[in-house]
Amino acid sequence: MISCSEMRRLPLHAIAHSRAGDKGNVSNVSLVAYRPEAYKFLATNVTADKVHKLYAHLGASGVTRYDLPLLSAFNFVIDDVLDGGVNASRSIDRHGKTLSYILLGRFIIDMPIDLIPDSSPYLDPDFRWQTY
Amino acid sequence: MTERVFIAGGAGFSGDRFDAAVPLVEHLANCDGPRYLIFEVLAERTIALAQITKTKDPDAGYSPYLEAYLRPVLEQIKMHHIKVVSNMGAANPLAAAKHINKLAGELGLPPFRIAVLSGDDLSSYVDEQTLLEAPTMEGNQLSGRDLKAANVYLGGDAVANALAMNVDFVLVGRTTDSALVLGPLLHEFGWANDDWDKLAAGTICGHLLECGAQVTGAYFADPGFKDVPALVDVGFPVAEVYESGDFIITKPEQTGGCVTSATVTEQLLYEMHDPTCYVVPDVCADVSGLYLAEDGIDRILVRGIKGSPRPEQLKATVCVDGGFMAEAELSYAGMNSLARAKLAADIVLERMQKSGFNGEIRRDIIGAFSVLDGGDASASQANNLPFDGDYRVRLSLISADQKTAQTLCDELQHLYCSGPAAGGGYRSSVTPQMASASILLNRTLIEPHIAVEVVDR
Repeated sequence: MISCSEMRRLPLHAIAHSRAGDKGNVSNVSLVAYRPEAYKFLATNVTADKVHKLYAHLGASGVTRYDLPLLSAFNFVIDDVLDGGVNASRSIDRHGKTLSYILLGRFIIDMPIDLIPDSSPYLDPDFRWQTY
Repeated sequence: MTERVFIAGGAGFSGDRFDAAVPLVEHLANCDGPRYLIFEVLAERTIALAQITKTKDPDAGYSPYLEAYLRPVLEQIKMHHIKVVSNMGAANPLAAAKHINKLAGELGLPPFRIAVLSGDDLSSYVDEQTLLEAPTMEGNQLSGRDLKAANVYLGGDAVANALAMNVDFVLVGRTTDSALVLGPLLHEFGWANDDWDKLAAGTICGHLLECGAQVTGAYFADPGFKDVPALVDVGFPVAEVYESGDFIITKPEQTGGCVTSATVTEQLLYEMHDPTCYVVPDVCADVSGLYLAEDGIDRILVRGIKGSPRPEQLKATVCVDGGFMAEAELSYAGMNSLARAKLAADIVLERMQKSGFNGEIRRDIIGAFSVLDGGDASASQANNLPFDGDYRVRLSLISADQKTAQTLCDELQHLYCSGPAAGGGYRSSVTPQMASASILLNRTLIEPHIAVEVVDR
């Protein structure tokens, strides 16, 4: 049970992966659990509202979450987040292809460590991101 | 009766790898059943750019990489009876067809029978005012602007009708990307046009193939966390499709990359909105019951796709003149470089304001706050960044006139001698833009204009 598991504060990057796609001024950002056991934890915690806050500074006007339990995945559809879309944006990344790493890197949460894949560097006690 | 159809995805966008199809063609040569190779090379605005090229030169307006993609594989395609379906025709599929047979001649091959599909170019049969005044799905206004191109997305049924002309190649302009795959499946299996579950399965199969190696381990690697073997030689995808609509996604042996549930799931959701209603001209696909199963190494079986009736309206992209975009960059590095970069940007913003410009200027400082932050320093970690770094100021705007765009570039360039200490590596560009919007049209308006022409020499 989750209650028995040690918790650690980490970004979603530790337990899920993602890809962003664009259509007009709308970005869709998927969230796919590495381990099916993480699906319930993500479903409870990664709400559309919380995701909206992460993208609000880019102009996001709304977020819809679609659940795909058979694939241990979610699809977040984020409106008005691409500065007008690929033909209007002044961003270097006009498609918003990099935006998946906002969800993976900036959603930081206490998570049970047994949801992290066994091979993950996050489980290595010496793991640190390179810093100055 | 045909048991299995093999379809390979040889390109996922207009500038994809030119040698990707070589292992695919070798793989297909050993497959027992109808074999197809698709090239998806047409992004939303590529066709509008091609349309502009065509107005300047009536023999141009198709993929400039046509030869780059086809020369390495054309002989094997002929030898092994592999059929090719591609949108590399762009705004001028007829000229592309002639080019292919010219290339065949150069390589000592007999000419191919090539079907050219038309009817997507709305400017040839819908008047300009109607296109510019139609309500757009995005809510923006197009009227009063200069129309550059308008193309409706045709479906798999149109591609299947072209294949019925007993051809080696089908060249299209604008279809949905997935139609390049659904078309061959309709042609080979003869699926009824209201067999929604199968039409949906063929559409999702196309959706998974249309971005090339994005389903076989490319666009996926995150070293240490999501490792992909031999990405340098990533294999492009092959689908083995059964009459039932079930299909396997795999890739040629001895190529790099990988096909796993994770790679397929990421690509399945790519550019998808509501997973219960992925709309294409032929069907609405529902992947909420889709499940994946391993069928050996680098083989994923896809099942459980459902469909519901096709839409009565078809989507079209209308492109109009969109002004000019300025982009200008300058680097600052070493001690206190972030402060010097911010000062540089502030100077240019103030000078633009003083010159009377009151529009929006996007400010990035690459290395500190950029693509994830919308050029907004407050949203990022910028305050915690090291003072000793390697930062690049980037300023950008879009304006109706070219002069304003050029002024922004000039103002940043002036900082070479008139800005903070040690700015270097100035680069800039001013590029004409295309604005676009989507409109919906009744299919009864479109269907009478869909036609197929066969080129055989």
